[in-house]
Amino acid sequence: MIRIDNLSKRYKNIHALKSISLQAAQGELFAYLGPNGAGKTTTIRILTGLTNLTSGKAFLNGFDIEKQTLDAKKQCGLVPQTINLDQELTVYENLEVHGCLFGMPARQRAEKILELLDYVDLDDRKDTLTKNLSGGMRRRIMIARALLHSPRILFLDEPTVGLDAGIRRKIWALIKKIQQNGTTIFLTTHYIEEAEFLAGRVAFLDEGNIVATDTPENLKARLGEWAIDRVSEDDMETQYFKTMEEAKDRSRHYQDSFTLRRVNLEDAFLSLTGKTVK
Amino acid sequence: MIQGCGAIYHREVLILQRRFWRMLASMAVSPLLYLLAFGYAMGDRVMVAGYTYTEFLIPGLVAMTSMTQAYGIASEINISRFYWHIFEEFQAAPINDVAYVLGEVLAGITRSFISVIVILGLGFVFGVSLGYYTIWFWLPVLLNSFVFSSLAVGIAMLVKSHSDQAMVNNFIITPMAFLGGTFFPIDRLPPVAQKILFFLPLTHASKAIRGAAFEHHADWYSCLLLALTGALFFFIAIHCVNRAKD
Repeated sequence: MIRIDNLSKRYKNIHALKSISLQAAQGELFAYLGPNGAGKTTTIRILTGLTNLTSGKAFLNGFDIEKQTLDAKKQCGLVPQTINLDQELTVYENLEVHGCLFGMPARQRAEKILELLDYVDLDDRKDTLTKNLSGGMRRRIMIARALLHSPRILFLDEPTVGLDAGIRRKIWALIKKIQQNGTTIFLTTHYIEEAEFLAGRVAFLDEGNIVATDTPENLKARLGEWAIDRVSEDDMETQYFKTMEEAKDRSRHYQDSFTLRRVNLEDAFLSLTGKTVK
Repeated sequence: MIQGCGAIYHREVLILQRRFWRMLASMAVSPLLYLLAFGYAMGDRVMVAGYTYTEFLIPGLVAMTSMTQAYGIASEINISRFYWHIFEEFQAAPINDVAYVLGEVLAGITRSFISVIVILGLGFVFGVSLGYYTIWFWLPVLLNSFVFSSLAVGIAMLVKSHSDQAMVNNFIITPMAFLGGTFFPIDRLPPVAQKILFFLPLTHASKAIRGAAFEHHADWYSCLLLALTGALFFFIAIHCVNRAKD
């Protein structure tokens, strides 16, 4: 499980995280949603040991990330936002180096690499240089690499950014499969549909503050179930309704064009912060 | 710690194996040009301290190349940090900073030793064979590589971009290569210049390597200075790796 108590991070004049607290239970898929620059990546960087925290505490499976750093690092796997595979090494070699870094014995390492390449459907690419793989394949290799040492917590920082819809759905299916094995997943994203599809709970992050934490259903239910978007010359107005009938009733009075749709997490985020996620 | 250091070194060896022939060729280019330009031009006609200039040049090139190749890991680390972001993979792994520095330093030493063997091979082609088969020749090579690969790790952590790295190379490595006793004996320089050059690690490396190659002479004083400088740079590198987190 992940526990964060009053975590703050300051970079010179920028207060990137402002005393945030949250918990994610074992086996939970927790999504961290917010616009660029909200502090999502900073949180992951602190939890995985890439950045020092300024104040507060954080624990990974009970290990204090400051005082028991190496034990805390053993608990987690990280898939960072940017592709960070060794381009000059093959898929197998990339995974092998990772296994060595986590102290896996040679035989166990070799078996697990083959098992995971099969798991991410890339077993036929083990001797390919990673520079010759597509973006989607590289993402899957990074997920396989992060899972190699059997972490109990997996951090996914914008795992589908820049990928087309088909590949994105493949990766979502893979993430669901990993969670079903009991791994806690901490996912940052600014794709609304990704958080809605995958997450058991969502935290909204805005300018270094957590503004709400709940299930996607509860966050949306605060507004209603249906929304009407009306586009005027220089703005867009959105109204929320409990039922579709209520929304249709209201729409009869509209002279201009409108769109009737279901409420989504973007609406919930907008109502709390006055901003969009993207 | 051994596990972490082994993993870092293993990665560097895999890359080295992949680039081996290209790297070997590039390691040979500069020494070959120096030997052609200075060796053939001055060759047997110019005597320095009782040896032909080519004989004088080879141990100097060994010292200089072991420095440049060991220091070359700075660019590799720099690329892995700023371009490929592989450094984050090491930072997120359960290894301590000492293991990381040691792994990279060992990689620098390995590159350095390969380059020295290339130079000695070229020396044989040019008809030069000196006292290479003694520990007193290889010990200063090792210590010199240790000094500059430790310096490389520290610098690679301090710089903020590739251009910073190139600038540091121009200010530190290039002057040292020309003034550290590679191409001429520094005792022919004015006393003031000699005093300044005394503080360059390469001066001591050239002196110790040349002494062993010519007279099988163990220069303990230079070796001790190199060892102390290397240890200092190594500890600074560990500190810099820790600071590179932000």
